Amino acid sequence: MRRVQFRPVKTSTPLIELKAVDRRYETGLLALQGLNLQLAAGEFISLIGPSGCGKSTVLRLLAGLDRPSAGKVLCEGEAVKAPTGHTGFVFQEPTLMPWANVSTNVELPLRLRGGMSAEQRDKVARAALAQVGLAEFADAAPKELSGGMKMRAAMARALVTQPSLLLLDEPFAALDEITRFGLNESLLQLWRPERAKAPAFTAVFVTHSIYEAVYLSQRVLVMGSRPGRVVDEVVVDAPYPRDANFRGSAVFTAACGRLSQSLAEASAESVLG
Amino acid sequence: MAEGARRSPRGRWWAPVLAVLLFLLGWEAAVRVFQIPHYLLPGPGLVLHTLFDNLGSLAQSWWVTISITASALLLATVFGVVLAALFALSPWLEWSLTPFAVVLQVTPIIAVAPLIMILTDSATATVLICAWIVAFFPVLASTLAGLRSADRGLAELFRLYRASRWQTLRFLLVPSALPYFLAGMKVAGGLALIGAVVAEFTAGAAGRNTGLASRILEAAFRTEMPKMFAALVLVMFTGVVIHLFFEWLSRRLLRSWHGSEPS
Repeated sequence: MRRVQFRPVKTSTPLIELKAVDRRYETGLLALQGLNLQLAAGEFISLIGPSGCGKSTVLRLLAGLDRPSAGKVLCEGEAVKAPTGHTGFVFQEPTLMPWANVSTNVELPLRLRGGMSAEQRDKVARAALAQVGLAEFADAAPKELSGGMKMRAAMARALVTQPSLLLLDEPFAALDEITRFGLNESLLQLWRPERAKAPAFTAVFVTHSIYEAVYLSQRVLVMGSRPGRVVDEVVVDAPYPRDANFRGSAVFTAACGRLSQSLAEASAESVLG
Repeated sequence: MAEGARRSPRGRWWAPVLAVLLFLLGWEAAVRVFQIPHYLLPGPGLVLHTLFDNLGSLAQSWWVTISITASALLLATVFGVVLAALFALSPWLEWSLTPFAVVLQVTPIIAVAPLIMILTDSATATVLICAWIVAFFPVLASTLAGLRSADRGLAELFRLYRASRWQTLRFLLVPSALPYFLAGMKVAGGLALIGAVVAEFTAGAAGRNTGLASRILEAAFRTEMPKMFAALVLVMFTGVVIHLFFEWLSRRLLRSWHGSEPS
């Protein structure tokens, strides 16, 4: 068996740091073992790996929704023990409240946080909807939206508080490829708007799709399962904004090739192990 | 996706009306053709006539039954909802009190009525308590199921934004529970009426403050069949109105979003 290469990238000031994190569930299942991860402010990284490798667990730890059994989760040097209220999360499902219209759904985080008048909330929510291209659908019911539009609404909701960290858990997995490409492009634009000096937030994106991971990210981490850990890291050395042409470039192809191989090895290991 | 409102077909309203009218006509015809004596089976015409002739005394009893049903339903709603909320907050409380709730539900109310009668020494209180007991369980069970039905993803989202218990209750649990609660109310509304009538058969004391069940018993003793039917018609009518009210309420509150009601 070939040894999997693992070269962690040095980052100067980590915004988020996972140090030797273990997560063992009550059933005895070891979801994560000895996981190290550093995220610089403004970075866009993806996590990819076979099902059950603990990708979602990493996101839940970063969000403060779950706590490690051993090791540390640090955010700007401080241990994350509970949700901070400054993290955006886009789930696999759009999880919109069916009884409320789209703008009410989007302003929910503001309402839960408090300290804003109803008019202010509505204004901010509508602005967030405009950012994802749903301005005309603010007053629609969620069931009137298509799958892709629901995901856009979920993204607007996650960004309405202007979080410093955005976590995305396979958000576009259920969508067709054309819709997915459109959403990928929008996501990059939200992350690093044109003419903006710095990215608007740090993004951690969990996906099953190699192409999606490479298209979006600066770094892609490959995870292996049982127990979940990082087995490879690929830096995608290409500038932003990235457009459709990037999908045909040599950098893109090389990164995808390397990731397929690592992923195949990680999966084979998990089957044998 | 909803492509425009699904319109109910034209027959949705006149078909049941026509069916009921035909049934009544057939009944009247059968009574006349076979010359069935009215102390066995009165025709609908005679029942209606008797109803209007005795409207004064019947209306008073009707009002008693209605107010007991409504009070029992109100009590059942308050207790059911509060207990469901407490159960949802504390599993210990649920484990401890569930046996009592189940016993209340499975005990035939008619068997308990004499006991309550002895304990309370009041026919009205007995009828009210019986109707409340019958209506209480569906409210509790359905509201509890509704509170637990909240979407897990949304619950995570509320945790992520550090929602308080009150916010979670108000913005997530209550709206999630609403369809279940309304379904429970449809059941409880009918049961409260049944409880109010059945309990009065057992508790049924004489006097002025008696409900429709007493009128039915009275008429049966005197073999005044048309009057008995007239009282029965009022009971049925009340049940239908309660049912229609909760159907309407549920449609009004849920139409815009819930799958159980056609849009």
